[in-house]
Amino acid sequence: MNLLGALFQSSIGKKLLMAVTGLVLVGFVTGHLVGNLQIFLPPAKINTYGHMLESLGAGLWAIRLFLLACVAIHLWLAFKLTAENRAARPQGYGVEHTNRATLASRVMLRSGIVVLVFLVYHLGHFTLRVQHPEWSEHTFRLADNTMVRDVYRMTVQGFNSAGISCFYLLGVGLLAYHLNHGLVSMCQTLGLKNERWTTGLERASAAFCWLYFLGNAVIPLSVRGWLPVLSGLIQR
Amino acid sequence: MVSERSSKEFFAVTLRVWRQAGPSASGRFVDYPATNVSPDMSFLELLDVVNDGLTVKDEEPIAFAHDCREGICGTCSCTINGKPHGPGHGIATCQLYMRSFKDGDTIIVEPFRARAFPLVKDLVTDRSAFDRIQQAGGFISVRTGAAPDANSIPVPKDDADLAMDAATCIGCGACVAACKNASAMLFVAAKVSHLGLMPQGQPERDKRVLAMVQAMDEAGFGNCTNQYECSAVCPKLITHDFIARMNRDYVKALFKAKFKPVSSASGGAG
Amino acid sequence: MAKLEAKVPSGPLADKWRRHKTEIKLVNPANKRKYEIIVVGAGLAGSAAAASLAELGYKVRCFVFHDSPRRAHSIAAQGGINAAKNYQNDGDSVHRLFYDTIKGGDYRAREANVHRLAEVSVNIIDQCAAQGVPFAREYDGLLANRSFGGAQVSRTFYARGQTGQQLLLGAYSALSRMVGAGGVELHTDSEMLDLVVVNGHAKGIIVRDLVTGVIRRHNADAVILATGGYGNVFNLSTYARGSNATAIWRAYKRGACFGNPCYTQIHPTCIPVSGDYQSKLTLMSESLRNDGRIWVPKKKENRLKKPTDIPEADRDYYLERIYPSFGNLCPRDVASRAAKRMCDEGRGVGESGLGVYLDFSDAIKRLGESGVRERYGNLFDIYHEITAESAYQTPMRIFPAVHYTMGGLWVDYNLMSNLPGLFVLGEANFSDHGANRLGASALMQGLADGYFVIPYTVSDYLAGQKPGSRPSIDNAEFAQAEENVTAMTKRLLSINGKEPVSHFHKRLGRIMWEFCGMARTKPGLELALQQIPALREEFWRNVKVPGSAATLNQSLEQAGRVADFLELGELMCRDALTREESCGGHFREEHQYEDGECKRDDEKFGHVAAWEYQGEDVAPLRNTEPLNYEFTKMSVRSYK
Ligand SMILES: Cc1cc2nc3c(=O)[nH]c(=O)nc-3n(C[C@H](O)[C@H](O)[C@H](O)COP(=O)(O)OP(=O)(O)OC[C@H]3O[C@@H](n4cnc5c(N)ncnc54)[C@H](O)[C@@H]3O)c2cc1C
Ligand code: SF4
Ligand code: FES
Repeated sequence: MNLLGALFQSSIGKKLLMAVTGLVLVGFVTGHLVGNLQIFLPPAKINTYGHMLESLGAGLWAIRLFLLACVAIHLWLAFKLTAENRAARPQGYGVEHTNRATLASRVMLRSGIVVLVFLVYHLGHFTLRVQHPEWSEHTFRLADNTMVRDVYRMTVQGFNSAGISCFYLLGVGLLAYHLNHGLVSMCQTLGLKNERWTTGLERASAAFCWLYFLGNAVIPLSVRGWLPVLSGLIQR
Repeated sequence: MVSERSSKEFFAVTLRVWRQAGPSASGRFVDYPATNVSPDMSFLELLDVVNDGLTVKDEEPIAFAHDCREGICGTCSCTINGKPHGPGHGIATCQLYMRSFKDGDTIIVEPFRARAFPLVKDLVTDRSAFDRIQQAGGFISVRTGAAPDANSIPVPKDDADLAMDAATCIGCGACVAACKNASAMLFVAAKVSHLGLMPQGQPERDKRVLAMVQAMDEAGFGNCTNQYECSAVCPKLITHDFIARMNRDYVKALFKAKFKPVSSASGGAG
Repeated sequence: MAKLEAKVPSGPLADKWRRHKTEIKLVNPANKRKYEIIVVGAGLAGSAAAASLAELGYKVRCFVFHDSPRRAHSIAAQGGINAAKNYQNDGDSVHRLFYDTIKGGDYRAREANVHRLAEVSVNIIDQCAAQGVPFAREYDGLLANRSFGGAQVSRTFYARGQTGQQLLLGAYSALSRMVGAGGVELHTDSEMLDLVVVNGHAKGIIVRDLVTGVIRRHNADAVILATGGYGNVFNLSTYARGSNATAIWRAYKRGACFGNPCYTQIHPTCIPVSGDYQSKLTLMSESLRNDGRIWVPKKKENRLKKPTDIPEADRDYYLERIYPSFGNLCPRDVASRAAKRMCDEGRGVGESGLGVYLDFSDAIKRLGESGVRERYGNLFDIYHEITAESAYQTPMRIFPAVHYTMGGLWVDYNLMSNLPGLFVLGEANFSDHGANRLGASALMQGLADGYFVIPYTVSDYLAGQKPGSRPSIDNAEFAQAEENVTAMTKRLLSINGKEPVSHFHKRLGRIMWEFCGMARTKPGLELALQQIPALREEFWRNVKVPGSAATLNQSLEQAGRVADFLELGELMCRDALTREESCGGHFREEHQYEDGECKRDDEKFGHVAAWEYQGEDVAPLRNTEPLNYEFTKMSVRSYK
């Protein structure tokens, strides 16, 4: 059988692509978080980091396109698989009964959609700066006198609104929730799981998701001055 | 045979059963009160009694699939109160006894539902899709009489035991019926793993998994979303670990099919 | 009068099969695909035959009433399969397996057939292992064995408690492979309702599609029946509810002789009956007798006492007492009858008094509860599911139940019936177990017949048939047979009586169990021979079969099967009445030794009774095939 055809058409192939694109995106969001946590360091750090990324030029675009492709495939397959799954049971049961499927696993499409909306908003908010074209003008002087974009200030201002901050919390919360099923599920799809270490895997995945959520949550919370110690680290 | 009098109390339940005269007829739930239910009666025996009552009243009995009545043939297939094979754990419908219910219960009985299991009548569905999957590759090709001495192929005990765990599948289809997506992965994985775990199964291992998954997809089952509803209702408690195993086998086989060198004699030019 | 030629090859016993195979007529490979063979049934025997014949190149059509071949009743066999591999080095050999089987069958089987069975037993294990059957293994990776059902060597191969399932799935996989390859055309949900005989040869069948109700004719060069046993004539049995005699019964009515119909095996370890609604008796594997001890209270008045309150001194471990050398492991018929005697003495346990204890307390002391759980956990679970009692805490209650029918259509050494072109395999034939079958031998026989006998012997017949000479389905005989089936279906639906089919089945079962069960008497059988025809008459007057013939109609299916049982039951009683001796699964109270053992009469009954149909309500003809024991001595079968 043709490899690509099988990947895109067979049930397991599709799941595999789902898992692999998911994995890439998990890698991305994790790296992204680590980068963002530099907000708790002096502004020069994160601005240097931002500048380093922007200076990648074509490379940055390649990465962006690759990530976008992953999102697109992940998304397209999510809809396709769901449609196929619905079609596989045209007549439902009179009594709907769930034995052990977790809530997270049953709302993957819904949590995914909210995360998608969040993603679009987030891109508009910080990457395209639709609402705040002025952010593009803010600059920051590094120690060697180079002028770079002031990511630090942008982030701090970005969370000025309580509503936006809450939406961020919801977005990353649902993403963490999505990942909690997604990570373990991915191991199953890649054939890297069995019952002897499932409990460990589930715990590790839950821990990861909590860390991911908390790591993301502390940023708006600190910026808004809602966290005693961390808020003090933010330079307004 | 003289029957043993049960010292236990009789009780009454209502069966709410899906009735549908044929694949294209429309179906509906119909209530059948059942009194004098003994806790020692099996659920299917209660259906027998209800059916005899219907027959005498000149109504058509409820069609339901069953045969061995001891949990091994995989014929019985009712969804009871939303759960394939009913409220028990690790049993088939025929192993469900009325002592699992109590007086006054309404028991809702439906067929296994999946596009790949078209309804035949009432509670009977057509599960021949499973046979087609088997025909596509669920075997080791050994001609009758061509086998070497059985002990010339040692099989490590652990592998044999694990293979046996997979091989206990009775082909009932409850996994499909319980899956939110009507996926047949547990069944297919059990088959693929049983043969794939044995040394005898190695020569055709890649071909087998590719062919069986393809047949599974063609039959119109849904896709696995790793929710493990299947293994929760499986009367043989087959673990979804086998699904992970099959996923791995499948990917390996796909890549090998693409990249492994082939002999020019086998015509594998393309 | 039918011609019964056993066609046993001449020469020394151990050479017969080898020699026969070299002398048998062969079909030219290029001609094989010109022959069509019908195989009815896909249990062990049918699947193995259909797959093997298709591999050889014959065009095979296989019919089963089940919705999948994998559901055949062979799936239920628990204990294991015998083979003379001698992997345990405990002195087993082909000859010993042969001898044990002949003796186990109480010297009522054909020597040459049994020897062949023992010979090919070793190939069966090879074949199944190569198919991937996950037999139990030792830590060295080699095959494990256990001793089973009255054998003194460990020759039983097993796959947990699901040996039949695994062997059937192996055969089913071979069959599926050939279906996928186009060698076998599979017809599921298809019940054979008549055999078509043209010029004395079996040349086709009439089949009803159970889903659509359509009745079709199928022609072939040879017809193979592998439709299993007929124990459901007793209504309650360890058989699947669908197991039936219809295929062989209708073949009988077309002229095939029925061999030894009265030989019925009653299995000693089944769960007792609990109520009138009961549909099925569940077997508890015989392997339980390896560690469980069977007893009843010594005193009648203790029979309803809690078993754990009965002191050791008041228990009668009767098998150990009567059969010191075999004890709890004596053969099935012996153990069953002993249980009946205990209950007849009023010492049976449970409310009905029809039960004996199978006690594991000693085993638990010896092996620990976990040791017992490891060996028998799943059986204890089954017991608990059905009875809600824990056998770890209180002894199991068991009672004998109908389990296997040794009788079946008469066949010669080639497994061909007296109707040329009609072959019968597996439990459906009468061939290899004589008057009693040893544990773990039915699976062996089914697979031997299917994999290793029929592929050879069918060619002996086909070589004499011109390729393409099979009659067309437009032939008058086909039309007549179809008409026969349609008429019966119509008739059943039109009676419109008052009682459901199950009512008659239960009543027939009671008569059969009472008079043609574990112990039979002349007056009892004579009574049964009056009651059964009366019941049959009532059936045809008062049965109610609702619904139509044009859809799935389970009542109609059941009605047809029970109609056949109502005739077969009578033949069984007739056979039991004429066989004035006791042997194996046929026990006539008039013929016993003082200790209650079977008293055979080799002089008068050292033969097979093969009954020949003479028409409705006409007494059938009793033909005999003498059993010439050339190599073994018929001796008194003793397990003391
Ligand atoms: C509970 C139990 C446990 C047992 N345990 C053991 C054991 O441990 N060891 C052992 O050796 N033996 C055991 N036996 C006996 C053994 O299982 C059977 O004798 C054997 O499997 C019969 O195989 P078969 O192929 O002859 O028939 P079956 O497996 O009964 O197959 C019959 C086939 O015929 C088909 N059929 C029947 N009638 C028709 C019809 N009219 N039209 C179309 N198709 C039809 C059915 O669909 C089915 O495919 C056990 C039996 C029982 C009941
Ligand atoms: S995997 Fe379990 S639920 Fe699925 S068909 Fe097999 S036995 Fe039934
Ligand atoms: S009837 Fe055979 S498994 Fe339930």
